[in-house]
Amino acid sequence: MKDRIIGGYDNFVLPFMAGVIFLGAYLLIGFVRILYNIPSGDRKKLLISLITPKTILKNIRDIICDCLIHVKIFKRKALLGYMHASIAFGWFMLILLGHIEVALFVPERNGILYYPVFYRYFVAEQHHTIRGGFFFFLMDFFLLMVLSGITLAIIKRFRSIIFGMKRTTKPSLADRIGLYALWSIFPLRLLAEGFTAGISGGGFLTNSIHYVFASFFGNDLNILPTWWAYSIALGLFFFAMPFSRYMHIVTETVLILFRNAGLKVTKPRKGFAEAEIYSCPGCGLCIDACPMNVLKKNVKYSSVYFIRFLRRHNTRKINEIAQKCLMCGKCSSICPVSIDSCGIRQAQRETITNILPYDYGFLKKPGLYPVPQPDCSTDPGKEKVLYFAGCMTHLTPAIIKAMTGIFDAAGTDYYFADENGGLCCGRPLMLAGKTRAAREVIEANTKMIMDSGCNTMILNCPICLKIFREEYSLKGIRILHHSEYIEELIQKKRINVKKNNMSYVYHDPCELGRGCGIYEPPRNIIKMLGELKKAGKERKESICCGGSLGSITLNYHDRNKITEDSLDSLIINNPENIVTACPLCYKTFGNMAEIPVMDLAQAVNKNIIKNKQI
Amino acid sequence: MIDFGYTLNPSSRINLDNFDRNKFEKLSKSEPDVLLCIGCGSCTASCTAGKYTDTSLRKAILSILDCNEKAAVDFAASCLLCGKCTLVCPRSINTRNLLLSITKIYGKKQ
Ligand code: SF4
Ligand code: SF4
Ligand code: SF4
Ligand code: SF4
Repeated sequence: MKDRIIGGYDNFVLPFMAGVIFLGAYLLIGFVRILYNIPSGDRKKLLISLITPKTILKNIRDIICDCLIHVKIFKRKALLGYMHASIAFGWFMLILLGHIEVALFVPERNGILYYPVFYRYFVAEQHHTIRGGFFFFLMDFFLLMVLSGITLAIIKRFRSIIFGMKRTTKPSLADRIGLYALWSIFPLRLLAEGFTAGISGGGFLTNSIHYVFASFFGNDLNILPTWWAYSIALGLFFFAMPFSRYMHIVTETVLILFRNAGLKVTKPRKGFAEAEIYSCPGCGLCIDACPMNVLKKNVKYSSVYFIRFLRRHNTRKINEIAQKCLMCGKCSSICPVSIDSCGIRQAQRETITNILPYDYGFLKKPGLYPVPQPDCSTDPGKEKVLYFAGCMTHLTPAIIKAMTGIFDAAGTDYYFADENGGLCCGRPLMLAGKTRAAREVIEANTKMIMDSGCNTMILNCPICLKIFREEYSLKGIRILHHSEYIEELIQKKRINVKKNNMSYVYHDPCELGRGCGIYEPPRNIIKMLGELKKAGKERKESICCGGSLGSITLNYHDRNKITEDSLDSLIINNPENIVTACPLCYKTFGNMAEIPVMDLAQAVNKNIIKNKQI
Repeated sequence: MIDFGYTLNPSSRINLDNFDRNKFEKLSKSEPDVLLCIGCGSCTASCTAGKYTDTSLRKAILSILDCNEKAAVDFAASCLLCGKCTLVCPRSINTRNLLLSITKIYGKKQ
């Protein structure tokens, strides 16, 4: 290989260079802005994480798995995964190999940005070497890989159902420019390299193209125009990138660094959230995932559109979408970039509701909760249980009855904190963005719990569970959902259950499953009671019951449709009973299901073997 | 004051001239369900905050219709957004958004 063009320059590189310089400047400014907007504590965290060997390894692994190979999409849909991986990984390899080629064969051109990209134009092959042939093969191989990905992408645009996607995103104008530029970059590169293959040499692909075209196009005249076109397509792509979904190519790596450093959303539009917003490739997987989208009119509230409006600073739309969402977390759990869109929504809601007037003076008054009997036992290992039913459970007394039945059967000595009514846990306030108000409620509850002297706290409601685990600081107190506690009771043989010949399906409540990661305990218990049937969508992909307190503006009619959809998925294998582990799901399903719905506590209490001595 | 053994009720006169149509239209746009309320009081009966205060969605709605905006905000001010009222409301009113909208439209920002 030898430099062919004197000076190693031709005017056609200009569009490409302009694009690169524009993009570089844009990225630099964006990155500084994000750093400026994250709290200083977080900046320190980030710095430390960047020099800790463990997080460095994790960063590298995540960047390779998520940004290049797209493992998460592969796991979901292999064909879609291949489409993303072939473009990302193939392109990455083309860039990398381009640089290696320059370093090996024309080292004097090292460091010139455009040189590796247009390498084939600038060099002439003098004689075939095995080493050169090896690179020819690799370059053509990866080019073919990218081209196959692009072909799939074009098919997807027109027939997304082949990829298992019912709905796909509507591209914006910048997306379209980026899209068409991206589609044309690689075919143009193939043509350009094909036309030039007579001079620069080529691999199995470019050489074949060269011979085919030589017969009716005549190659030499086409060399420059195709290189121009290739450069323009690249430049156009870089110019469109900051305004389109393709920004994720760079931002995602930054997001991975931030996330592995343990950063969280603090402002809805700035800092960490901005990194998240620009990391969304608009893949549209969240559209089919969202429970609201059983109604077509709700598609506009999907995370992908929420993020798009955030980018455009369209406050009216942002607020509308932020308040509609059920905060069920399904979109985040299946999102290939794991964008915490619920966190951004919550931060956005704060900007609307945190300034509203409220009056919680009553929290300061005595008599909020009855004063518990002082426990005189000095045995530090003794289990002292505080049972907090929560607002929702108070609307479903059957659950409370079943729960106390289980306590009695197990001989648990418990203090029923809100037997005659108590405060809310604060999670609904938090979800609605009234964080200031929520903190006051948390403080009042914390005082009650710490004063009670308990060491175990049992909750029926997953909504409570999540906030008690995440926002309360209750040192030395185990916070358990009743499913975990019942499983423990059975394991320790404090209660015994009998198996019957009923079949059950289990509904994963959003806040319990995706919210707190509790999937197994309820299932283990149900398996001891009878046959556990599978639901259509379960665990991470379970469909919200429709009752979620997360949504502020979703109306009854829309919620009903979600409930129907969720029920359809539950009864797909004809179970005889529906079991859930959340009073709100229980109540929502109970109104509409045609087969019995029960809470886990009820199912257990019904099948408990009572001690004969009592 | 001397205790005469009886009290005078404050005037319950309703001055419809004080009804702010614009605000009410804003409210019914923000939460159309406000028009569905039949004043049954289920929401108040089940209210979590109502155990400690006189929080009442029913009274808040009535106060707006009675042209007493301040009272309406007071009846909503201690709401914990717990959602019990949504579940018991026979008209399936989206009560939480209604409560938030009332404070948003009739209350002063803090
Ligand atoms: S939010 Fe996630 S799932 Fe939705 S389009 Fe963006 S990357 Fe895809
Ligand atoms: S959190 Fe749930 S309801 Fe909200 S956008 Fe995501 S999937 Fe849809
Ligand atoms: S949401 Fe507010 S008004 Fe409704 S029951 Fe709960 S505390 Fe009462
Ligand atoms: S429960 Fe519903 S209909 Fe009854 S007073 Fe309350 S808001 Fe109105």
